[in-house]
Amino acid sequence: MSEARIAQPLDLRGRFTVAAPMLGLVLVIALFALDPDVRPYFFTWRNCVLILSQTAVIGVGALGMTMIIVSGGIDLSVGSAVALSGVVCATVLTHGAPAAAMGLAILTGAAVGLANGAAIGYLRMVPFIVTLGMMGIARGAAKWLAGNQTVNPPDNAVVALMSTQSDTTGTLAMPLGVWLVLLLAAAIALVMARSVFGRHVYAIGSNEAAARLCGIRVPLVKLWIYSFAGMLFGFAGVLQYARLTQGDPTVAVGLELDVIAAVVLGGASLSGGTGSVPGALIGALIMAVLRNGSNQMGWPNYVQEIIIGAVIILAVGVDRLRPRNDA
Amino acid sequence: MAAPRLAMSGVRKAFGSTEALRGVNISVAPGEVHALIGENGAGKSTLMNVLSGACTPDAGSIELDGSSFRPGNPLHARRAGIAMIHQELTLAPHLTVEQNILLGREYTRWGWIRSARCRDAAASALSRLGRADLPLDVPVGSLSLADRQVVEIARALVGNPTVLVMDEATSSLGPADALRLFRVIEQLKSLGVAIVYISHFLEECQQVCDRYTVLRDGETVASGPMRDATLPELIRLMVGRSVETLYPVADRTPGEVVLDVAGLRGRRAPDEVTFTLRRGEILGIAGLVGAGRTETLRTLFGLDPMLDGRVSVHARPSGGLSPRQRLHQGIGLTSENRKDEGLLLNRSIADNLTLTRFDTVARLGFVSRSRHHAAAQRQIDALGIKAARPSQSVGELSGGNQQKVALGRLLHHDAEILLLDEPTRGIDVASKAEIYSIVSELARRGRAIVFVSSYLPELLGVCDTIGVMHRGRLTAIRPARAWTGHDIMTAALGQSLEQAS
Repeated sequence: MSEARIAQPLDLRGRFTVAAPMLGLVLVIALFALDPDVRPYFFTWRNCVLILSQTAVIGVGALGMTMIIVSGGIDLSVGSAVALSGVVCATVLTHGAPAAAMGLAILTGAAVGLANGAAIGYLRMVPFIVTLGMMGIARGAAKWLAGNQTVNPPDNAVVALMSTQSDTTGTLAMPLGVWLVLLLAAAIALVMARSVFGRHVYAIGSNEAAARLCGIRVPLVKLWIYSFAGMLFGFAGVLQYARLTQGDPTVAVGLELDVIAAVVLGGASLSGGTGSVPGALIGALIMAVLRNGSNQMGWPNYVQEIIIGAVIILAVGVDRLRPRNDA
Repeated sequence: MAAPRLAMSGVRKAFGSTEALRGVNISVAPGEVHALIGENGAGKSTLMNVLSGACTPDAGSIELDGSSFRPGNPLHARRAGIAMIHQELTLAPHLTVEQNILLGREYTRWGWIRSARCRDAAASALSRLGRADLPLDVPVGSLSLADRQVVEIARALVGNPTVLVMDEATSSLGPADALRLFRVIEQLKSLGVAIVYISHFLEECQQVCDRYTVLRDGETVASGPMRDATLPELIRLMVGRSVETLYPVADRTPGEVVLDVAGLRGRRAPDEVTFTLRRGEILGIAGLVGAGRTETLRTLFGLDPMLDGRVSVHARPSGGLSPRQRLHQGIGLTSENRKDEGLLLNRSIADNLTLTRFDTVARLGFVSRSRHHAAAQRQIDALGIKAARPSQSVGELSGGNQQKVALGRLLHHDAEILLLDEPTRGIDVASKAEIYSIVSELARRGRAIVFVSSYLPELLGVCDTIGVMHRGRLTAIRPARAWTGHDIMTAALGQSLEQAS
């Protein structure tokens, strides 16, 4: 019928969601490549490894945040959860046992997420408020556990996750942590696109009442979303520790905003129902490339902040011009 | 009679101090289509929510095929074979047609979706409805309202339900889709499915249903075979009294032209719409869903861009203006979508009534509480709004009273030209009758009214003149008595009247 034909042009929307952030990334890279002084170094393998290492923490955070934002939620406690997990990791490492340190750090993140998810799913509290509160709780817990100072464990295996050492031929090796992030991203992209869990996450974000009436156990799914995302934030804490080689309870303040920005740059809507893992990773890369490029242009820090802020607004502004499908 | 497939007896449910259900009995045999009839607020929706597990009853029993059934949640009910087509569409706009049809019943292996099987199931549900042409991969949010309803119905067919509840399933369907749906109902009957059919269109119930149950104030008041029931009798049972004069007798003579619209064109609709409206006239606009009636009102009121044309108010021509400027000209609009566009549901009646015009109740920018409430009370009295006090929130009122608040806002604003979009949608018969008499009285007192409706009897009963829209265009306007229901339907379907007759 005629209605179906009218809908055809919107068909492109699915492909558009990843294509648009990708285009943004290419534009940002092209922008820095214009400068002849920056170009030679900008495209080196060394710089690529650097950019990817810098993206790892935000990237893992964006994986978890994608699930949460697609479901129509938000998590403001990411920075605090990362700091707490990092401190847990470092504290356990002072007694040795790298595997246990990583495991406990990830469990810590999961516990924070579980608490968020329980309050949001079963008590039907607003995610913004719950995670705002959790932001303070987790940050305080991190400082308490660390005795209000940094925790400095002896040399250990966990640090190797993010170390960027040259190999025998002199080329810089990609840190193991970056590979792990890529692997996780592939797994979660698959879960979001192909599993029933992923489908239900999208459904809840798109129309929660409809999801409930279709027999989806909304509270349980939300509990899983926040717990699962919490595990990823815990892993981000491990990576954060590995980069700093110390457990700092005051680290990653405001990280959640970078993570949210990455997910939104990747095409997600804060009202839920849209967004993708590849998009979020591209969003995280856009911000890392902007930082890296600005550094090489010799621009001061405040210019970077202004540019990144403007890019976020611009990206979402462009998004408004796209065809709406729920008008 | 065969043993009932579904039997609900003595069902009670109270929300706080209001008893929504006070002992309801209904029993549906396999292969029977059972009309559940009642005014809004009679308890139909609550009863069906009990059946579908969305809320738990305080007392009473439900039996499915003779065995006791107590659904704890919607998932439970779906697994027991109870499917529901909801009145308010329950689709996820970002998900595709296929994903929506299978939502909650995806075919899986170890938690992963089996896309081929899901696709087949969705496609076969759509083809049963004769709508295999609907694309499976398009987000539902980009479909027309009518197509969305088809998706909603297709979802109910997946998984071969034994009990199917259809709550106003045809309210947004075009006539062609409605006919196909009736054919599917026949099909389901032959498979022994028990169907509960809820509709405001009693004629439709008579056509489709085998038996009926009438609910009034949360109680079963009557039940029986449909062929023995007459329309007036059903209405009397629903309302508890007879409604002889549903439509008021018009006693008015239209005056001078107050609104002159020429060649009005919007983005998709309207397309070259031209009409004039006189003081004291009620102009009805008929047409199918999607014909561009709402768009015409929106364009006229400045909510949608006006690409071409001329609108003269009191013989002063202008191009496109903003809603603020239109209000200033004395034009008011009530939306067809009360909940999302028409009212601020969690704000008070007084706020809603005075929203467009605070100047009469405020001094130096501060709202005077006593004047505010006095102004609101005037409209509450004038329109007979059943409310505890002006500060009560509008969300607590029934649909009919909400609609009166929406109308009251135009009266408080003192608008002379009223654009009413589906003013009786989703409200009960008694409230409809009240709206008709209010509208009629307003016209008698010199207001000019455009009345958009999908319900032919009310257009014929209330309006002085009627025009029909088809694909964005408006036919010639004729006096209401020169139209028949058949003629309007023919014009709405886009056939010329000469051809049809």
